[in-house]
Amino acid sequence: MTGPRLDGIRGSGEPAATLDTVGTSRMRLFGLVRKETLQILRDPSSISIAFVLPAILLLLFGYGVSLDAKHVPVALVIESPTTETSSFAVSLINSPYFAPAIVRDRHAAEEKLIAGDADAIVVLRSDFARRIWSPAGAPIQVIVNGTDANTARIIEGYMQGAWQKWLEQHALDEGQVLVPPVVMEQRVWFNAEVRSRNFLVPGLIAIIMTLIGTLLTAMVVAREWERGTMEALMVTPVRIGEILLGKLIPYFLLGMGGMVLSTAMAVWVFGVPFRGSLAVLLAVSALFMLVSLGMGLLISTIARSQFVAGQVAIIVAFLPAFILSGFIFDITSMPAVVQLITHIIPARYFVSSLQTLFLAGTVWPIIFANGAALGLMAVIFLGLTRRKTHKSLE
Amino acid sequence: MWGRIRALIAKEFLAVWKDKKSRVVIIVPPLIQLLVFGYAATFDVNHVATAIYNEDSGLAARELIARFEGSPSFEIVSRLSREAEIRDVIDPKDASLVIHVGQTFAQDLMARRPAKVQLIVDGRESNTALIILGYASRIVADFNNEWLRAHGEALPPARLVVWSWFNPNLESRWFIVPGIVALLTLVVTMVVTALTVAREREVGTFEQLLVTPFRPFEILIGKSVPALVIGLAEGTVIVAIAVFWFGVPLRGDLLLLYVGLFLYILAVIGVGLMVSSISRTQQQAILGAFLFVVPAIILSGFATPIANMPPLIQDLTLINPMRYFLVIVRGTFLEGLPAVLVYDLLWPMASIATVSLAGAGWMFRHRLG
Repeated sequence: MTGPRLDGIRGSGEPAATLDTVGTSRMRLFGLVRKETLQILRDPSSISIAFVLPAILLLLFGYGVSLDAKHVPVALVIESPTTETSSFAVSLINSPYFAPAIVRDRHAAEEKLIAGDADAIVVLRSDFARRIWSPAGAPIQVIVNGTDANTARIIEGYMQGAWQKWLEQHALDEGQVLVPPVVMEQRVWFNAEVRSRNFLVPGLIAIIMTLIGTLLTAMVVAREWERGTMEALMVTPVRIGEILLGKLIPYFLLGMGGMVLSTAMAVWVFGVPFRGSLAVLLAVSALFMLVSLGMGLLISTIARSQFVAGQVAIIVAFLPAFILSGFIFDITSMPAVVQLITHIIPARYFVSSLQTLFLAGTVWPIIFANGAALGLMAVIFLGLTRRKTHKSLE
Repeated sequence: MWGRIRALIAKEFLAVWKDKKSRVVIIVPPLIQLLVFGYAATFDVNHVATAIYNEDSGLAARELIARFEGSPSFEIVSRLSREAEIRDVIDPKDASLVIHVGQTFAQDLMARRPAKVQLIVDGRESNTALIILGYASRIVADFNNEWLRAHGEALPPARLVVWSWFNPNLESRWFIVPGIVALLTLVVTMVVTALTVAREREVGTFEQLLVTPFRPFEILIGKSVPALVIGLAEGTVIVAIAVFWFGVPLRGDLLLLYVGLFLYILAVIGVGLMVSSISRTQQQAILGAFLFVVPAIILSGFATPIANMPPLIQDLTLINPMRYFLVIVRGTFLEGLPAVLVYDLLWPMASIATVSLAGAGWMFRHRLG
């Protein structure tokens, strides 16, 4: 045997290998890939995780998950109605962000807030009309339910907008034009309407590929260990590198299929713009898929039982991809220690690449940095798997 | 009969407990997750990387910018001197916000023309962008008031006085950490139950169990009790950490919280056992569990409010037990939710538990396919 031991991993292009070994190695590999592919095709749950799950998840996320508060229920208390108070009420009613309901007093409004029927209370006190003419101006009391701090903050922002509009209208009614000293002009780049869907849907692709690459692969290979078919494979002339490659190829293709499906849905169903290069997207996704598969294989090799492998995959791959990747929670706002931890989460690099490729375009500094990190992780995970699998035979 | 069930319960406990790896897996990771996620899952925005592009050398512009510098929400990372540099800092995410003060700022201000300050925000993270703009508009409004007062001009006829109830500093950790009680209880309970029947089916011991004198509901109890005990224990630990480690106030009735937790776990066990008894293999069971857990988390209000969802999807959330328990756990922690309101949330969970447990018991013998 002159062929290097690793030729299974490097593919069959090794110049040192003789024609004969290349031929049999390729045949063995083909046989393994065929076996794995048949296994995937015959178990409906694998196909469903690759194609049905992404579709369901994208639909759920695309339609169901939104951080954009609209029609916020507001309990409006007007203690003594005048023209000024009704003009303010009108400005709330006209705002697309609020669904105000007039309640008779503060107490009733507080009850609504506690019961969750209103997210905010606005109180115009009985002296509102009179204090408008005082130097300090009249207070408009706003009470928000702070339990959901994020929504509360967004409501506060909207309230500020409604108040500003009312000030302008009020000045016009008085025959003046309101000239604020400084006006803020805002430009939101890459996502002018600030649609949270544009930001969430690209990140979701990372979650879906983590599911296929890590969870599915970990379970499948753990089953082989559990049943002893992995040991059976190992006593055949098939090399470890070939066994691993035989597992990698079909699941790699499955994962990439899920990615293409998700991207197509993101663009055509949800109208998320895609401004980057498709080739770069494919390349970065392929790198991430290798990392996910490496993690999945490593987990199954260490765990060797489906129960443990499934649990570990959820805990080290899925949940971090959900929470620590910047998919929904902004990494720069996390405490420094947690920010450090996010650097070992592969999904972090992929989510950042996806958000940039979809919304901003191919920004090379970001793509290079993320691609390098993913490449390094792929090498580490696949290398560790190779070593672990080898050792266990001795 | 009870002796029989006791033996079955003991056996189920052993099945989870005897394997060191599976024992570790249901104890250690949830606790680590609680700590990491408790700190990581935050919508609070602070230290926004900000770049300043100031073309006006006047005092007023510097004063306005000083307000941004003084705010803990913003951190000035660079100063730009050309318009083209805006793209250079925003594109690679070196800055999320650029504050651009034009040449005529001071002139306009003095001439009582609206002086423009331009804010360029990275919209890739839309929520952060929205919050940044909110913070900035408050700073500008404060600046305006100060300026009007200093120049003896009339203040606006009305001003907003905003209070926040239950969470005065708007810490999103107070919102997320109680949510994690619901999240981790769901995941742990689901994983313990989803594999129990499927594992036995795969090795064939479930058929053996079915030919013993055990009736389906006895098997049901035998399979549920260990998961219930593990779920309750795990929930208790997480609640304790939320209170003593994260300092989230617990204002409501602990007993009500436990009634809610009990029904919630029962409902999840029902779904888990149902998934498990439909599945032919453990792999299918885990995937089935996943197909339930992921949408259940997404459609629960854990990270994004149910109120923002379209009506059809809002209706879909009604069959999600986590939706109800989230309201109970957050309400109990922060709002001291009144008992009357809790009852309205208990019966849907009880119904889900009844239906799913009955379905699971039936499925033991009549598995489809």
